[in-house]
Amino acid sequence: MNKLKSKTRIQLPWNSLGLVAVLIVLILFFGFMSDYFFSAVTFRTLANQIPALTVIAVGMTFVLLIAGIDLSVGSVMALCAAVMGVLIVDQQTSIFLALMSALLVGLICGTINGFISAKWRIPSFVVTLGMLEIARGGAYLATNSETKYLGESVGFIGSPTPGFGISFALVAAIFVVILAQWILSKTLFGRYMIAIGTNEEAVRLSGVNPVFWKVLVFALAGLLAGLGGVFQLGYLQSADPNAGIGLELSAIAAVVIGGTSLSGGRGSVVNSFLGVLIIAVMQAGLAQLGVSEPSKRIITGMVIIVAVLFDQFREPLGRLFRRKRA
Amino acid sequence: MLLRVKKLNKSFAVPVLKKLNFELREGEVHALLGSNGAGKSTLCNIISGIHTADSGDFEFSGSNYKPSSLQKAESLGICMVMQELNLFPTLSVAENLFFRSMSDRFGIVKHQVIQKRAKKALETVGLDYIDPAQPLSQLGVGQQQLIEIASVLQRHIKLLILDEPTSALTGPQIDLLFKQILQLKKQGIGVIYITHRMDEISRIADRVSILRDGELVATKATTDISTDHMLQLMAGEESISTDEKSSMTKSFAQKNKTLLKVENLTRRTKNQSGGDSGFEKVNFHLHAGEVLGIGGLIGSGRTELLRTIFGADQAHSGCIRLAADQFKMKRTMRSPTEAISHGMGMLVEDRKSQGLLLSHSVSKNISFAKLNNLINKFGLVNNDTENELAKSMKEKLNIQYNSSNQPISFLSGGNQQKALLARWLAIQFSILLLDEPSRGVDARAKSQIQSLIRELATQGKALIVVSSETQELLKVSDRIAVMSNGRLAGIFNANDLTEEKLLEASFSFYSSEDNRVESIQ
Repeated sequence: MNKLKSKTRIQLPWNSLGLVAVLIVLILFFGFMSDYFFSAVTFRTLANQIPALTVIAVGMTFVLLIAGIDLSVGSVMALCAAVMGVLIVDQQTSIFLALMSALLVGLICGTINGFISAKWRIPSFVVTLGMLEIARGGAYLATNSETKYLGESVGFIGSPTPGFGISFALVAAIFVVILAQWILSKTLFGRYMIAIGTNEEAVRLSGVNPVFWKVLVFALAGLLAGLGGVFQLGYLQSADPNAGIGLELSAIAAVVIGGTSLSGGRGSVVNSFLGVLIIAVMQAGLAQLGVSEPSKRIITGMVIIVAVLFDQFREPLGRLFRRKRA
Repeated sequence: MLLRVKKLNKSFAVPVLKKLNFELREGEVHALLGSNGAGKSTLCNIISGIHTADSGDFEFSGSNYKPSSLQKAESLGICMVMQELNLFPTLSVAENLFFRSMSDRFGIVKHQVIQKRAKKALETVGLDYIDPAQPLSQLGVGQQQLIEIASVLQRHIKLLILDEPTSALTGPQIDLLFKQILQLKKQGIGVIYITHRMDEISRIADRVSILRDGELVATKATTDISTDHMLQLMAGEESISTDEKSSMTKSFAQKNKTLLKVENLTRRTKNQSGGDSGFEKVNFHLHAGEVLGIGGLIGSGRTELLRTIFGADQAHSGCIRLAADQFKMKRTMRSPTEAISHGMGMLVEDRKSQGLLLSHSVSKNISFAKLNNLINKFGLVNNDTENELAKSMKEKLNIQYNSSNQPISFLSGGNQQKALLARWLAIQFSILLLDEPSRGVDARAKSQIQSLIRELATQGKALIVVSSETQELLKVSDRIAVMSNGRLAGIFNANDLTEEKLLEASFSFYSSEDNRVESIQ
């Protein structure tokens, strides 16, 4: 009996497979419904849109794992892109230096989020809500509320490399996913993150200082938001201070669809990536079917709720599945 | 007879009340006395409808009574004032007093009406100087306790249960409370009075019932029984046999090296339930190879003392000195991390909320405190070493589980506790603090844990064991420190200590005169 119980908890394969199944069903559905779905255009659109959301969702997965939340990622992304745009256009800085500055800004924003919320035990919801406003204001200030056009010089980041078909940003994003999953499942840092999300007091009483690790998680989320800003800038070839409004919600949605628990302690980066893919495929597919923007939003919203419901009853469903097989 | 309880049985996994009989007369103050876990609170919770009995007959005011819910009990006039305050700090005094009857039928709060009524209610408990419109949070804990009592007195009551009502009150406040109780007596209301203060029993109670291990030991008129006799009855005759004591190898000798000195250590806090908790001016030395037991009632400051030594909570004054600095440095641990770096470990009181990573595997739980030693230079956890560690601990402590990947939530309480012990055995420590090490574990695991404690002492470790079970304390300890109401009542040699003497020490600082002035506000 105990043996059987223990197996129901090995969660990753079943959950990942479920997500992949959903993804395949969606792709087949849209491919069947629309003549254009299986086309280079669709693929390119997806490949361009995904990278920014992917890296931000990776950071969000870590934050949710430690039972926090980061609402500032969309604004921080815009701020980082703005800094990079201004440096290149107005200051004629080299692209490399501008890119590094953008990442640094993201890292600083994240560190501030983490330090204030972890050190003084203030809910991260409130701290990052404040940062959401601050970073957005910063983005407007930096760009003088104007979109900075950069042109082809940064195009290499976002557009598919000729002959290769995949953009640098997509490759980098997938690399980030793999690296983050590896950190989560293999390293001390990963272990501590899951433990903090499960029982922070037990972690503290075992002699591990949760504050340090929590700050690190938020710092990483900020850094990844900065990277998302770089990708976004490469894709749009401009820095728009209005970019990424509401992006934090898309990221949370993707992570939650991927089965990461909002109360912490359980989650997977790969599953979050599958969540990003599901959202992106759905958006693209619905657009091709001519579904209006309002309807698209209603459908996306329903999918999020269904995914969470599904996750809530995952264990009983898993047991049912197993019994049938046996 | 107001209330008659016959052959009451109740168990929470283990029997808590066994065929208990209890009677309460009209106009009587009946004290309930017993040590931790004797069943006082359970009995009162059943009478007032919070818990339901497994079996037993009840008679209330001459008719059959089946306590099923708090609401039903209250409608019959049975009210309980609990030890923990059930008040709303942000609401006004008046709103708290009339919480369930403060609005008219449209849901509008009748401020003027309840404030007028509140003034009268406050007079009954001597708080007439308080403005009923004032938020409750501005009141001291003792005053809040009185508000709670006043709120009950407003209802139509026939039976009143008071669970340690004086724990946060000062001398004059107690006098006033007792005057009120005498009033109630005159009206024929029966009062069940739980207290740890022996002097109050003879002052206010007509009769006293002594409970031990869920059974009624005796009911006597307070005029017919001495304090000593009451303590004797609480402790019971079958004190631990000398055989059993010597079955544990106790090799400790006072000449062993001192490892830790605790000096005037103090931590005082207001707890949520009212009254202050914590401890003050605790002094003791801890030697290598010694098990120091800490006895005392729940809430006497034992857990707080351990947590403060370990740095889980911060000391307010006083210090500890360590053998490693030749006792020259005054230290207080600022975090568990610091305490661990000085060779300490602590088995927590509540393993679910403070110790276990419930959804994690057994091996991850065992390795957790040692994890930073199980990594390579890239920060990668070495799973093989981790599993080996779990395996060796499994054999050493006889932890029963199917696979090391099994989540620890599926293990029995005893095996969970052993796994937590293994977490500390995995790291280097010289001092281990154990808070209720055998709480909620089965008999077999319990004796294994107790043997392990002795074994660690033989290896030269120093251990502090907090336990509410007197038998366990006497069995595993070399010396026993007894806490009473936040103070150290004495340190005894375990071989010369009887259960009765231990209880006497536990109760020694709970008398009305000892109430701290702080609670006056």
